Amino acid sequence: MLYDIFVDPFVQMYQMPDFFLQVLWEGFVAGILYALIALGFVLIFKASGVFNFAQGIMVVFAGLTLVGLHENGVPAFVALGLTIVVMGVLAYGIERVVMRPLVNQPDIILLMATIGLTYFLIGFGEFIFGGEPKRMIAEELWLPTGSTAFEFGERGLVILQHIDIAAAVIAIIMVAALGIFFNKTRIGRALRAVADDHQAALSVGISLNQIWAIVWFAAGLVALATGIMWGARSDVSFALEIVAFKALPVLILGGFTSIPGAIIGGLIIGFGEKIGELYWGGLVGGGIESWLAYIIALIFLLFRPQGLFGEKIIERV
Amino acid sequence: MNAIVTNEGLPTSEPVTQREVLLKVDNVSLSFGGVKAITDISLDIQKGEIRAIIGPNGAGKTSMLNVINGFYHPQEGTITWRGEERRKMKPYEAASQGIARTFQNVALFKGMTTLDNIMSGRSLKMKKNFFWQLLWRGPAEQEEIEHRRRVEDIIDFLEIQAIRKTPVGKLPYGLQKRVELGRALAMEPELLLLDEPMAGMNLEEKEDMSRFILDVNQEFGTTIALIEHDMGVVMDLSDRVVVLDYGKKIADGPPEEVQASQAVIDAYLGVSH
Repeated sequence: MLYDIFVDPFVQMYQMPDFFLQVLWEGFVAGILYALIALGFVLIFKASGVFNFAQGIMVVFAGLTLVGLHENGVPAFVALGLTIVVMGVLAYGIERVVMRPLVNQPDIILLMATIGLTYFLIGFGEFIFGGEPKRMIAEELWLPTGSTAFEFGERGLVILQHIDIAAAVIAIIMVAALGIFFNKTRIGRALRAVADDHQAALSVGISLNQIWAIVWFAAGLVALATGIMWGARSDVSFALEIVAFKALPVLILGGFTSIPGAIIGGLIIGFGEKIGELYWGGLVGGGIESWLAYIIALIFLLFRPQGLFGEKIIERV
Repeated sequence: MNAIVTNEGLPTSEPVTQREVLLKVDNVSLSFGGVKAITDISLDIQKGEIRAIIGPNGAGKTSMLNVINGFYHPQEGTITWRGEERRKMKPYEAASQGIARTFQNVALFKGMTTLDNIMSGRSLKMKKNFFWQLLWRGPAEQEEIEHRRRVEDIIDFLEIQAIRKTPVGKLPYGLQKRVELGRALAMEPELLLLDEPMAGMNLEEKEDMSRFILDVNQEFGTTIALIEHDMGVVMDLSDRVVVLDYGKKIADGPPEEVQASQAVIDAYLGVSH
């Protein structure tokens, strides 16, 4: 038993390096995509101090809008543009109808509002697009399909799906761009200011409404990218919402307020999940991928509740 | 041209101390449901003076400040800012008109450093838009450096160099108040509203803060309206004092005059009605 846990998996890794590399790659892609979802949460959390329950459904909603428009005869790239507009309108609407009346309310109220928003979007999405899964229009958006196999002579081969490569590249670009924007600019500072103290932010002339609209729009764009990438790997369906909650352990690891944290956390969860499943999962009958992330996060909470890069909560008493 | 003006060409008889009115509040009443916070108050703030608003707890002082900087909208009355009657405005707009403030219970951005907190005070002065900022390098960076220099001046002035990089949540209360003042100063306001700038401070900190307030007033010519409970401080600092009690104005004038007023003494010591 102990041999199975502590020795055998590593022997396997050594003996079949090609398989190990394949697992690492899958972990990397999953991790980057988790990071992308987590980023959507981080944006909203930084600006309003709430965990945005609706992020998952926004992913689904963006994906469905894109596919739905295309099904109705809109060319793929026009549909993409229109979907961006829709996400913008949604951001403005959320700011106007949900956030604005709740200025200066406790965070828990805002959290409840995002839960309400989630259920509204589920119902609204089903009403418009129906409940059945749809195929993502990946080829139409010029996303590569197919795969490349790398052979290492005698030692075996590693297969890379092109869509995974594209997903990783796009995710890295988005993460980097948003990271720079929100850490290095005036709007980034205004965003943190709004998250910290509404009144004080108003007193220095920061418009809460404007900042919130920008942030929800950015989160909407992240949701759209996530929807396309996850949708291309599986289908666009309401089940994607569940995938989005994988961001929760990522955020616990990385810290709710940190963009680098979302990336590192995403990678840890992605690698951990795949390696855990394929090398240790067999010991308990497999299927640990779906919950291992949460166990990692729970253990992590014991030691560093603010996350790897989160702001340490300082409360003078 | 108004025909009634007849003293054209004549030496002005106005006293030199009569200064331009920066902000005027006329017959303002504010209530929350059935609670009257402010009843029919008129007062003015002249350019360049230090104006104190005092009164017992619950007298409506902070409400008055909130009315002045647009957080509350009075049901009745008008507010005139630099000679123009002010329309109902959004809370963040007061800042762009040149009104800065600090809060009774320190409203700082606790997770950010002293430097970032004070920098946030300059957000309105930074003009390069969204798209330049996306690029970050180039004009937006130039601008950031320029503003950073001004902020460093303020940090020097308030003698808080040592805590530039400290998250303000970690600082003792007295220093937090000083950072908050710094953030307000970074806005280069025309009118600075201070809500109990010395609450919870020890004697030494109070002396420091008084000195800063006087310096700001004299060196930068900033008009200041402050709420304060420490009578010694109020009498030393202010040019004119207005006294509120139960939402009504009971006295208004120079400190000595107000101090001698029977209504004020009654309000503070309490009398049997």
